[in-house]
Amino acid sequence: MSNNFSNSQIANKYLINLKLKFRYKEVKKMWLLYVFLLFPIVHTIIFNYLPMYGVVIAFKDFKPVKGILGSEWNNFQHFKDLFSSIGFFRVFKNTIYISILRLAFGFPAPIILALLLNEIWHVKFKKITQTISYLPVFMSWVVLAGVFFEFLSVQRGPINFIIKGLGGQPIDFFTNKVWFLVMLISTGVWSGIGWGAVIYLASLSSVNPELYESAELDGANRYHKAVHISLPALAPVITILFILNLGGILNAGFDQIFNMYNPLVMEVADIIDTYVYRMGLVNAEYDFSAAVGLFKNIIGLILILITNLIVRKVSDYGVW
Amino acid sequence: MSVIKKKSLGGITFDVFNYTFMILFSISIIYPFWNLVLLSFADQAEATNLGIRLWISNWNTSAYKFIFTHNNVPMGYVNTIFRAFTGTVFMLLMCFLGAFPLAKKNLPGRNVLTIFFLITMFFGGGLIPSYLLIKNIGLMDSIWVYVIPGMFSTYNMIIMRNFIMSMDKELEEAALIDGANYFDVAFKVIAPLLKPVLATIALWSIVGHWNSWFDCLIYIKDDKKYVLQLIVRRMVVQSQGEYDFMNMEAFNKLSEIKIHSSNIKSAVILVTIGPIILVYPFLQKYFVKGIMIGSLKG
Repeated sequence: MSNNFSNSQIANKYLINLKLKFRYKEVKKMWLLYVFLLFPIVHTIIFNYLPMYGVVIAFKDFKPVKGILGSEWNNFQHFKDLFSSIGFFRVFKNTIYISILRLAFGFPAPIILALLLNEIWHVKFKKITQTISYLPVFMSWVVLAGVFFEFLSVQRGPINFIIKGLGGQPIDFFTNKVWFLVMLISTGVWSGIGWGAVIYLASLSSVNPELYESAELDGANRYHKAVHISLPALAPVITILFILNLGGILNAGFDQIFNMYNPLVMEVADIIDTYVYRMGLVNAEYDFSAAVGLFKNIIGLILILITNLIVRKVSDYGVW
Repeated sequence: MSVIKKKSLGGITFDVFNYTFMILFSISIIYPFWNLVLLSFADQAEATNLGIRLWISNWNTSAYKFIFTHNNVPMGYVNTIFRAFTGTVFMLLMCFLGAFPLAKKNLPGRNVLTIFFLITMFFGGGLIPSYLLIKNIGLMDSIWVYVIPGMFSTYNMIIMRNFIMSMDKELEEAALIDGANYFDVAFKVIAPLLKPVLATIALWSIVGHWNSWFDCLIYIKDDKKYVLQLIVRRMVVQSQGEYDFMNMEAFNKLSEIKIHSSNIKSAVILVTIGPIILVYPFLQKYFVKGIMIGSLKG
């Protein structure tokens, strides 16, 4: 029993052969469809499956000169290095910390916005506000970083202008370790709040209006209606999205951080993905970096599978 | 919402606050961009202490003249439009080539093939193996690296597949009985009916390509092949803009109105997002509809 995977491969081929024998006529008729499929299949093999194989360099002492096959195995040495490396421990800590901060502030924000928008009865006003609210989603973080470099600039940015006007010291949001995180989370929430609210608003619009009417007859005010009708109506969506977000906890926002960080805030801003990038593509430590990436992907995959399973169980219960 | 509108004092107060909050919120989204607009047109004096303002006194278009003549911006536009258009056309074609066969329940091997694609949505090689692959294939520093690796998406294919599966089978069966081959059925019968899905996927693809910068960063060295995003990044994020600002001195010697680096930076950003902002109000509802289709089926 050398390799379970290749055994099931063989088994699969056997099964396919059986099926094809029975349905040979169909295959002949549909030959063109298989030609169609050849294109995505070949593309997927080259750009998805070949890199999956390439991951083996995480277990090797990769020398580009020798190539992937020629390089020697060093088994789990990279992973041992990983766990004993202070650099990795720091980025792992930062990743979790930033993800938790993002969840704490970034998860409730769209819900609140949706609840508030739901109270706007002037249709055009609501639509225009919504349209404006998700504008940032269509910008890259390269652009948004540029926008905020200026907006939060110490010398001429509006924010520091207000701070100076109120008598305070201007804040350098990009070099101060604490304020950098404040800025990171705030701009992250800012850019995602409008788009995040879309799903909640869609759910809210499907709530039976009679529920609100009868609540009003019973004397409920806006607050009561929001807490006792709207919020429970959102509970399933909120639960599912929250669980799914937990599954992505190892992704702390590479695009945003990569474009906004610099050596001065590296200590708090460096996350697993930026570490993999620097170790791999800047320092050319391809094998070690591949090991870090693989480690993250496997843990991430386990998390996603677990959270997806939980979501399925939860939505089987229906509305609760 | 509710038919009966009792105007209580608490209700009115809340409304005032809510509407005001929404207006402030909208301003908070727009103002950072408006700030850049002002900065791009402001002259040296006003720009150094811009602060908060709605308007500037001297609107100076020199920065824009500069970036279109002395800079890689026109080339950046060409490259960006190339990848957005070509990448999207390829994407639609590739996804259709996969979705059409897989939508047939009686296709032999369908389950195996579907799993073959689905696996890639959960697991991948990661950054380093992909980087090494591109190197070994010879796509390094080629403009095709923008288009070829990304021209197929399992996710989009599944969306298309589900859409096709939800269509009436009779149309296809009738065509087959009439003697059409699968090529005609696919491209002449089914494809024209896919307009909503194609439009959604195309929109997201175009925006995605327009905003892509990472592949350009790691694979492209020749700055004539840069996309707009990388030009922005080099100037604004990487502070290696000395190259770009070199020409600024020469320009300033020849022109009366002097421009400075923040003019150029903000102009470049605005020119990059310009097309998106122009098109956005008209197309945004299709984007929203799009995720609804995706999330309902997927």
